[in-house]
Amino acid sequence: MTQIEEVSIEQFKHLVSARALTGETMLLNMGPQHPSTHGVLRLLLELDGEIIVNCIPDIGYLHTGIEKNMEAKTYQKAEVMTDRLDYMNPMGNNLAYVMAVEKLVDLDVPVRAQGLRVILVELQRIASHLVWLGSVGLDLAAMSMFLYCFRERELILDIFELVSGQRMMTTYFRPGGVWRDVPVEFEKAVRDFLKIFPARIDEYEKLLTKNPLFLDRMLGLGILDSATALSYGVTGPTLRASGVNWDLRKARPYSGYEQYDFNVPVLTEGDTYARYLVHIQEFRESLKIIEQALNKLPFGPVHSENRKFVPPPRSEIGVSMESLIHHFKLWTEGFPAPKASVYSAVESPRGELGLLLEGDGGPKPLRVHLRTPSFDNLSVLSHIVNGHLVADLVAILASIDIVLGDIDR
Amino acid sequence: MDTKLEPIVKIIQEKFSATFEEFRDEVHLFLKPEQIVEALTLLRDEHKFELLSALTAVDYYPQVSPRFHVVYQLTSLAQNLSLQIRVPVNGTSPKVPTATGLYGVANWRERELLDMFGIEFEGHPDPRRILMPEGTEGHPLRKDFPLGYEEPQFTFNFDEIGLQKPHPKE
Repeated sequence: MTQIEEVSIEQFKHLVSARALTGETMLLNMGPQHPSTHGVLRLLLELDGEIIVNCIPDIGYLHTGIEKNMEAKTYQKAEVMTDRLDYMNPMGNNLAYVMAVEKLVDLDVPVRAQGLRVILVELQRIASHLVWLGSVGLDLAAMSMFLYCFRERELILDIFELVSGQRMMTTYFRPGGVWRDVPVEFEKAVRDFLKIFPARIDEYEKLLTKNPLFLDRMLGLGILDSATALSYGVTGPTLRASGVNWDLRKARPYSGYEQYDFNVPVLTEGDTYARYLVHIQEFRESLKIIEQALNKLPFGPVHSENRKFVPPPRSEIGVSMESLIHHFKLWTEGFPAPKASVYSAVESPRGELGLLLEGDGGPKPLRVHLRTPSFDNLSVLSHIVNGHLVADLVAILASIDIVLGDIDR
Repeated sequence: MDTKLEPIVKIIQEKFSATFEEFRDEVHLFLKPEQIVEALTLLRDEHKFELLSALTAVDYYPQVSPRFHVVYQLTSLAQNLSLQIRVPVNGTSPKVPTATGLYGVANWRERELLDMFGIEFEGHPDPRRILMPEGTEGHPLRKDFPLGYEEPQFTFNFDEIGLQKPHPKE
């Protein structure tokens, strides 16, 4: 049995200033149970009065060993673990995983499935940004923002329930396509959302964008310059708010993103307010993509016909011996993948979500590494909060958009 | 291979007498541990690989030498290129020089590798565990570390299982 040891200052001696050891500055724990750490994150703060001198994030409270678990499952079964990774972005995690598997085994995806994936991932991006916006509002005492954002998020979760049967842990994308075709109500539900949502964004902007109280808490805080951001591997809206135009959907289009016309919002200020503006603009860009993808969505199959990787439909099993064998093999043994490694990355709402997937010739992966954006985005925190007030730390932490499930894995 | 990537790979290959593999348009360069800092410096400063996208490791247990591959996934935003560098290390006392001086992101990622694989990074400024609690024995992502499970507690065996669980000191 492992003994759990007590923590002493000795461990952190090299991370705090000399003044902390004499007691001139104070060491204070913020978290792990603190409402504005967005999960179970502990920040060890060295404070000089109310000013932050050092900030040492301590993570791992939500570590569930997802990578290890995925290595013990077949390629199909490992997918459910990805939903639980970044729980604000299950569709995006599924996409990252199935794209890595498809790249590893060289599997084709029909056009309709690609279109559906884009629509759902963009809806998920909006849902994730809504939670972000709501919790930023909540952290800055704009309680109504939280309620408005969750009202709209509910519409998206209803669409997810419509297509996959689940609101959050969807596992809707499968290697080679999607689980099954969307129901007929899907198009109307998405069109309704497209009709409602632009006015709602204006409403949020009316409440926040020029609100003097909000500006006081956001402007000029936590400035992150582009060189530091790149060195610390920061990606996503946080990087784009620091003046770097890098979006994997534009730079390395996947799943048919090259056919859609959209802009990548980039701002150069790098402060908390710039991050807010980038998120707001991304709402509108995502809506553009969804509308185009829905208009272009062709009819046709939604999964690959390659029976070595995609199970046959139920109706074929009764009449075809081959189908029965394929079904049996896929659900008992799984499909083998070559002894090779691939790295595939998608743009999640938080940044570059990469997957290093290595096969060993058998039906289970040898190594799954999830390069999760929140992990790297959080590592830059201790460089941008120094010199700020504790109250501002809340705004800065909220603005870099972390999800602890994504960090600890 | 991408035409823009080809000369870069050639330079690295000649300078460090490295081998490379290609699979699905991805290039993996194999370097020795003592070469990695020099190679990363060259790639970052001369060839604009400014983003270290991923830093991880793969365990090839029971193979002993090399047991691990430390993987550096580099991205160049300016040229839109990707390059993967792999550093094979032995299983007995795996050591690699740290890249924290070059990429800030290496700090936490190397701590993660120390925690999960027990790979030491020489010269790391803050070599503590990052995800597992201090005092954990073993390195969970190694292949010889068993995938454990916790017995579910029901009313009939609640106390019995509760006794076996680790608890913090009083």
